[in-house]
Amino acid sequence: MHTQIIESHIPLWIILLPLIGFLINGAILPIVYRGFAKTPANVAGGIATFFIATSFILAVKSFFTLQGIDGEAGGAILSYAFDWFNFGGLVIPFALRVDALSVVMTLIITGVGSLIHIYSIGYMHHDHAVGRYFSYLNLFCFAMLMLVLGDSLVILFFGWEGVGLCSYLLIGFWYSDTEKANAGVKAFVTNRVGDLGFLVGMFLLYRVFGTLTISEIIAALARPEMAAQVAPIATMITLALFVGATGKSAQLPLYVWLPDAMAGPTPVSALIHAATMVTAGVYMVARLNPLFELSVMTLSVVAHVGAFTALFAGTIAIAQTDIKKVLAYSTVSQLGYMFLACGVGAYNTAIFHLMTHAFFKALLFLGSGSVIHACSGEQDMRKMGGLKKHLPHTYVTMLIGSLAISGIPIFAGFFSKDEIIYSTIALPAGFSHLFFIGVLTAILTAFYTARMMSITFLGEERLSHHAKEHLHESPWSMVGPLYVLAALATLGGFFGVPHLLGMALGHIPHFLSNWLAPVIAIKHMPLVGEHLPWHEGVVMALSVVLAVASFWSGWKVFQNKFFISDFLSAIGPFHKVLANKYYVDELYDFLILSPLKRLSQWAAQIFDKLVVDGAVNGVGVWSRYFADRIRVIQTGDLQTYALAMIIGVFALVLTVYGMLNN
Amino acid sequence: MYITNELFIQILAAFLFMMGMLIVVQRRNTIMVLMGIELMLNAANLSMVGFSHYLSQIDGQVQVFFTITIAAAESAVGLSILINLFRNFGSSKTGEASILRG
Repeated sequence: MHTQIIESHIPLWIILLPLIGFLINGAILPIVYRGFAKTPANVAGGIATFFIATSFILAVKSFFTLQGIDGEAGGAILSYAFDWFNFGGLVIPFALRVDALSVVMTLIITGVGSLIHIYSIGYMHHDHAVGRYFSYLNLFCFAMLMLVLGDSLVILFFGWEGVGLCSYLLIGFWYSDTEKANAGVKAFVTNRVGDLGFLVGMFLLYRVFGTLTISEIIAALARPEMAAQVAPIATMITLALFVGATGKSAQLPLYVWLPDAMAGPTPVSALIHAATMVTAGVYMVARLNPLFELSVMTLSVVAHVGAFTALFAGTIAIAQTDIKKVLAYSTVSQLGYMFLACGVGAYNTAIFHLMTHAFFKALLFLGSGSVIHACSGEQDMRKMGGLKKHLPHTYVTMLIGSLAISGIPIFAGFFSKDEIIYSTIALPAGFSHLFFIGVLTAILTAFYTARMMSITFLGEERLSHHAKEHLHESPWSMVGPLYVLAALATLGGFFGVPHLLGMALGHIPHFLSNWLAPVIAIKHMPLVGEHLPWHEGVVMALSVVLAVASFWSGWKVFQNKFFISDFLSAIGPFHKVLANKYYVDELYDFLILSPLKRLSQWAAQIFDKLVVDGAVNGVGVWSRYFADRIRVIQTGDLQTYALAMIIGVFALVLTVYGMLNN
Repeated sequence: MYITNELFIQILAAFLFMMGMLIVVQRRNTIMVLMGIELMLNAANLSMVGFSHYLSQIDGQVQVFFTITIAAAESAVGLSILINLFRNFGSSKTGEASILRG
């Protein structure tokens, strides 16, 4: 089959527009208004939103262009600007490639991104540095689009680092608060640990393939003899790349930065730490799926890391009291689901869940932002309660998001999560224990989401008197995006109707899988009921019953109580472990940070003082000591010098004379 | 070994050079030191003229003219330094100008 490729500048404009927005907000408006903090929120936000929205329109346009070209063969829109590097054998073209996978990502980034930009206008209205905020936000979109559109791993890595930088800048946006600034540093440093793995993977890839262009690598892997040649080293390459993915996508053991990243403004949490940046690792694995397919071991590692992260973070989320922390751990858990799907070979399902997750998690984060905004910055759910009648729009939209993430039918999360759980037993690479972890996590997800909703919106009102006075529903610039996302979170699932239901309803195809087929080969799931432990319908029914039951119990239990330990005192000690997040931060502190701190203290106080300073001062002290003894020769008497000179000349002449005679 | 004219000239030049050298090292008056230097220069000139004659080559005598010219310039500079020395220290004794002692 011949792949049809269209040359176009549209992909270039998709990434350039947010960059222009960044430059205007970052460089031009501060000059116009004489100062970063002086740009009015409406102007800064309007400009930033305009550029990202235009980018979204171009993305939609390229989606339809792609649909126009032969879908079966997998067309692509290619945009070549110039050769970024060209020395030795290494050529890195600055080329952008829009294909089936990257167009999905681009639509999510620009679409959800536009909504979050609009929302930010309302949310950041009272902030003093809106111009800075929106310029960072646009810069982030630029970097993220580079990441998904880059046809070379080097451009991908550029975007990868760029989003890390913007994440750091935005987490530490309120940098005068040391704790928040430190959270930014923590995110950056933790990401760097993963990036090292990513770099090693890239070096190995270059060594094996002699190129870093993704399409060339994929094309090379399509040849059986090349695949056989790469297979022995594939485990090493893919594991190194996966280390990078664990850093960026907050998986065990590098997930610790994501909960702390909640220090940033809430729309940032929605955009960067839920919908887009943290899914970069999933995107990378899906993009390089032919490579990951070569190593059974890596896939098994990916699946297990994903499954355990999903369960681990899900349990922590139950005991959190900060509304954003619940959502943060929930995000870690859902990302674990995506890697679980990748690990069992269902990359298209991972992308499907990535998409629905972007909708409902952005919705939940923006909703929580609306709650926080209404409660004058309060984030502790124990001090909220009974907000249902004060914030009706926020309540309705967040409820839809909660039902979606819990996997209640009709809502988007049901389709994608059910597909993941099903694929863990249906695909040849599936393991039964992964299936049970998946189901258990689904139960936990429904439970903690219902708990969060219940504590926040139901029960008695516990707001402080001061906060109650300012209690108000958010402006339309914030509520509007909530409703759009709620619609997406409701309908987004129909992009991928499971084939059991699809057949029952008259052969509705799985749109997303078919769409992604050129990039991600469709794996034929075993026929329903044949060679399977359980029938697909059984799995679906089981997950629905469990999700509904769990959501309902979570909803009822926490109306006026905060913790399970309030009912079952026996569970108390375990609850304490959960509330303290399994003491992982303390463990890292003990194992890595405090030895490092002690080493640097020793270096600063002992090594530096004695050895380094000693060497420097020693040179001076010894010079003076010898100079004091030598200076007596310098008599200042002309004739002593003359005599010394004469003696020297004689000695020289005699020496030369002696040498000539020999 | 008898003393030829050529050898005598060289011995005389060496003697004059030693005299000049001793004056430079020994005498405390700067004028005398300068005169010692002149004596050494002329001893070197004499030696060169002697060798020029002995080797029947004109180069040595040409060299002498250069030396005389430069010696004139050198003594002019030397005398001006001497005058400055006298103005600053009120004396022309070499021992007085020892402020650079370490």
